[in-house]
Amino acid sequence: MSAVAAPPMARPPKKKGPGFFGHPVVRAIISIAVFVGLWEVASRYSLPWIGQAPPPTKVVDAWVPLLTDQGYWYSWFQSSRRVLSGFLSAMIIGIPLGLAMATSRVFNDITFPVFEILRPVPPLAWVPAAIIFWPTQELSIGFVIFLGAIYTIMLNVIGGARSIDIRFFQAARSMGSSNWDIFRRIILPGVLPSIVVGCEVGIGITWNVVVAAEMISGGGGAIQSSAGGGLGFFIWNSYIGASYPLIVVGMISIGIAGYISSAIIRKLGILATPWLRAR
Amino acid sequence: MSAVLSQASQGNAHGGKGAIRIEHVDKVYEAKSGPVQAVSDCSLDIRAGEICMIVGPSGCGKTTLLNAIAGFHDITGGAIYLDGQMLCGPDRPKADPGPDRVVVFQNGALFPWKTNLENVAFGPVVQGKLSKAQAAEKARGLMADAGLAGVEHNYPGEVSSGMRRRVEIVRALMNDPKVLLLDEPFRALDQLTKSVMHEALLEIYYKNKVTIFFITHDLEEAIFLGHRVAIMTTRPCRPKKILEVDIPHPRDYAVLTSPRFRELMEETVSAVHEEAVKAFEAGEKEM
Repeated sequence: MSAVAAPPMARPPKKKGPGFFGHPVVRAIISIAVFVGLWEVASRYSLPWIGQAPPPTKVVDAWVPLLTDQGYWYSWFQSSRRVLSGFLSAMIIGIPLGLAMATSRVFNDITFPVFEILRPVPPLAWVPAAIIFWPTQELSIGFVIFLGAIYTIMLNVIGGARSIDIRFFQAARSMGSSNWDIFRRIILPGVLPSIVVGCEVGIGITWNVVVAAEMISGGGGAIQSSAGGGLGFFIWNSYIGASYPLIVVGMISIGIAGYISSAIIRKLGILATPWLRAR
Repeated sequence: MSAVLSQASQGNAHGGKGAIRIEHVDKVYEAKSGPVQAVSDCSLDIRAGEICMIVGPSGCGKTTLLNAIAGFHDITGGAIYLDGQMLCGPDRPKADPGPDRVVVFQNGALFPWKTNLENVAFGPVVQGKLSKAQAAEKARGLMADAGLAGVEHNYPGEVSSGMRRRVEIVRALMNDPKVLLLDEPFRALDQLTKSVMHEALLEIYYKNKVTIFFITHDLEEAIFLGHRVAIMTTRPCRPKKILEVDIPHPRDYAVLTSPRFRELMEETVSAVHEEAVKAFEAGEKEM
């Protein structure tokens, strides 16, 4: 019957571009430029509050020589490595635990109270314990970062798995799925969007806690230059040395690192959940 | 009722498999406010290969019946048979869900993370009946038959709601079911899309001759599609009137304006209205 034949999937003509100022990158540059401009003015004229901060020009002056400093880049490397290992362990442990809690009543009843008691303890509060528990400083730092990410990842996995539409399970069952099929073909893909969200939020938190972890565990990097122990340690060290522009350099560096990490996770997330682009 | 029951023994009135016998089925829910009798002493025989339309107001317990046949919920009394085999009964209150009775849901339950083709191929793959490649081959054929060529590699979210419904019906058919259980499948569609879907469903039916258990609250839809229309009472749910639609198949939309169609509408509309008023007054929520 021709009346029910599928119409050809024609793509609509591409919309006209939104113009120069409509481009998101242009808007982002304007936004940053205005922010930096206001900061410079406020700092020069010693306006209250922000007037105490070093002006952007001084920050740039302090930053430029660092760009060729091996120690500074080693700090980037150190912090990124710590964040990545802490974050990956949080994923490797958090995702299966979350899935188990969401799918097994018994497991949930046993583990949930412990989970809920441990969850509000801030990673910073774990620092002394982490130093005592773990044999090496690196492991202590990694553990604190791991704690920063795991709860968010687990909560998202549990919430995501529980909100999967019951009709998907019923449909899968009525088409003859085994429990393993249900897990693999319904629960896993169904929870994937929530895993992506959990990771996106989680990696941000790991950068939040990297400062605390590195500050207190002491920045024992392999290269003992003034700026080789990780970005968090770098800030702490600059504070002790009273080099205020360098504190800001460290802060901005962490901001950029966090931005890049979240962007990477977002990109990976889109690749992992192609069906969500269809909406 | 006994006249209806006796028709089960004749079986195969339309030359297919999938006769469903519903025998004195009861279903009592334990709600917070106390027990709710959703279905009471409900008996109905669905002949193999017929389209049996179940009409009743929202929340009358039709879906409860479907869930019992599908094996999603238990029953608290009576028994249900498929081709003489007991699905659920006194010793086994809940049937096992299986690919011989596939459900097409009210708001659709295509897996959004699978492409349309992967959705359609799902059943035989998980049952281990066909390899992925074989299932994809068969799915492609069925989809082409249903006018779905060209959207195989789209995700369900990328096609229209009418197409999604068609994909879902084809996904159910891939399992070679004896019975298709349709729960108001076209409810969310606009009237025009609905009319297209009706003809598409009939076309699919004429090719497959599968028994269809079709829940709706749209009387016009019921008479247009069904061999028989069972009008159900509102809570507890049981057949109030069973209408033989003597308009010959194959049908098309011209039927809607035929005098016989109008007669059948008139004959049943008051019965349906009566139940609708009862349901409205009871203020029952959608189940």
